Amino acid sequence: MSDERCHDPALEVHDLTVSYLRRPVLYGVDFLVPKGRLVGIIGPNGAGKSTLIKSIMGLVPASGGWAKIYGKPVKEKIRRLGYVPQRESVDWDFPVNVMDVVLMGCYGRIGLIRRTGRKEKARAREALDKVGMLPYADRQISNLSGGQQQRVFIARALAQESDIYLMDEPFAGVDAATEVALVTLMKEMRDKGKTVIVVHHDLATAREYFDMLLLLNMRVVAFGNTQDVFTGKLLQQTYGGRLTVLSEIADKVAKDGG
Amino acid sequence: MNVRSITPVLVLLLVCSVDAQAARIGELTENDPWQQVRRFFTFADPGLRIALAGALLFGAACGLLGSFIVVRKMALIGDAISHAVLPGVALGFLWSMDKDPLAILAGATAAGLIGSLVVELIQRTTKIKQDAALGIVLASFFAVGLCMMRMIQNTGAASRITGLKSYLFGDVAVLNRQDLVAIFVVVIVTIFLVILLYRPLLTIGFDREFARSTGLPVRWLDCLFQLFLAFCIVVALQAVGVVLVSALLITPAATAYLLVNRMHHMLWVAAVFGMVSAVIGVFCSFLGSNLPTGPFMVLGASSLFLLAYLFAPRHGRVTRWMYYRARRRNVSNENMLKSIYRIIEKGMAGKDGRAGVSMDLLAGERQVSTAELFGDLRRLRSLGVVEFVDGKGQVALTESGFRQARRVVRKHRLWELYLTNEADYASNHVHDDAEKIEHFLSEEKVAEIERQLDFPDVDPHGQPIPGRDRV
Repeated sequence: MSDERCHDPALEVHDLTVSYLRRPVLYGVDFLVPKGRLVGIIGPNGAGKSTLIKSIMGLVPASGGWAKIYGKPVKEKIRRLGYVPQRESVDWDFPVNVMDVVLMGCYGRIGLIRRTGRKEKARAREALDKVGMLPYADRQISNLSGGQQQRVFIARALAQESDIYLMDEPFAGVDAATEVALVTLMKEMRDKGKTVIVVHHDLATAREYFDMLLLLNMRVVAFGNTQDVFTGKLLQQTYGGRLTVLSEIADKVAKDGG
Repeated sequence: MNVRSITPVLVLLLVCSVDAQAARIGELTENDPWQQVRRFFTFADPGLRIALAGALLFGAACGLLGSFIVVRKMALIGDAISHAVLPGVALGFLWSMDKDPLAILAGATAAGLIGSLVVELIQRTTKIKQDAALGIVLASFFAVGLCMMRMIQNTGAASRITGLKSYLFGDVAVLNRQDLVAIFVVVIVTIFLVILLYRPLLTIGFDREFARSTGLPVRWLDCLFQLFLAFCIVVALQAVGVVLVSALLITPAATAYLLVNRMHHMLWVAAVFGMVSAVIGVFCSFLGSNLPTGPFMVLGASSLFLLAYLFAPRHGRVTRWMYYRARRRNVSNENMLKSIYRIIEKGMAGKDGRAGVSMDLLAGERQVSTAELFGDLRRLRSLGVVEFVDGKGQVALTESGFRQARRVVRKHRLWELYLTNEADYASNHVHDDAEKIEHFLSEEKVAEIERQLDFPDVDPHGQPIPGRDRV
């Protein structure tokens, strides 16, 4: 556990417990993310990674515990959260184009009834430009590759202009170029004081991408700065039993002197 | 969607029918079908005016709400609600002992909402999924409704209630002015609602979880949507019937979905298709006096769907078939020109590049019968790229044909070279690939490849590549 205690944490999660049909999927999750960090959530399949970020936002009801952003309950500050859901969670045949999707990032802020004006369009264009998708603004979303779809989702979150971003597997099924571009973008966001929390499935890259790691397997196995928690022992606890992945990574850690 | 552009149309519709009497369409029939058609289009019949105004209104509303239903994959929900309202209709009858639109609207809406609540309850408290839950609720509510309908008919009150049966299969002729006012109010509010809440509804439809994460009141909007869905189903019920009303929600919207790519276009197109389908139903039932309206509205909607399925500009089956046929024909034309060119190249024709090539030789090269070859060549002649040399059984390329042939050969050989040099293909593997690619390479791509290969003279098999300057 990181010893770093901060007075003004961006995100504080306390004893968060989630059950599905009375079967617990997350037990008493505690962690505290300081402002301006790039945090990876890693753990095996079924560890509750997606459930964790959904329950932080209140999309999945928690049976106990709470999450606060900047000291206030999430519900009151929901507009300071940006969300990137899993790409497969939507129907890409939906009759909208890239611009329509990115503009959806602005609706939370402008309210139910007001229309999007020039300001929102400019913001959406800026967000598209940051992910290199501006030339595709008028493209039908069904004609996008996996990497492009993911970029559009990130752009939509950028258009939310939030302070904390929760991203669910943004690197799943994207091409290498997109992955590099997105990691660079996330680091830029962090440098501007945004807090970015990413569910990640690839242990091999986790260490170079993130400042802090949350090792999760239905409970928090470890949370702290990457160099402190990315150890063979803790990974073994997290992935317990899944030897193939584990031994591979343990070897790598041993070889790299981690 | 523009509020101002719709309002005058709707007002006009209402005004048109204000002076209407309660006369029903079917009551004044002409024996001559032409007379009947004339009467339809002169709108002389007051009952017809009511029916048409009502049909246009709920047709539009069904198209609008149906669009959201289709893109959200909620089609079964529309079907379930429309069946679930039946007990409410019966209750409304019993309450007022008359065909009071307000009582029926209230009863039916309540029943529809209770139906969707029960579906949600089953889903939440058991492991039964939505489709099965909908099936259970749909059938049981409908059964209750049927029993109640029969009870009402048995009480003898049915003599005063003429429109009872129309709720099952739909009869636009039973609409009266009161009904029309109810339809008008419901539809206007629905349209304004869709315009006002278009963006949040779009966001929820595309990505519900994201919508919730942005703080949109998703549950509240869902309830509102379901409420208005129930309203619209109820006002369309008399004219279309319980059994078929969901088709009027789904089919016009699905047709629009095939044709356009943006949600706001889809709303417009679906609304228009909804109106057209409804009017087709009115027209058919007007022509054949006692025919039920609902089935004809649905058939109208299905015909539009069929047309879109077959002839939609990009994805229609017939459109695609014609596109592929044209492409196949183009490929075969280019291959023929190429064969002629090769024979000329091998020096088997006269010295002049445009000399005649013997048909037998060509048939051998193409591996087709002379009859087939002749058919293909005639098509090429009509395109002005080949001409027959009189009396010699020979065929020659025209100047433009020769240019086209060179262009194809050039693409073929450059592509072969590109594959061997840049993609490390073995030279005996590249021919088949080039046979396909040569028909689709654009001039710009070819020029790029040529530049990349530094303007080569021969292909991997040592055959000359026709230069660009002479093409």
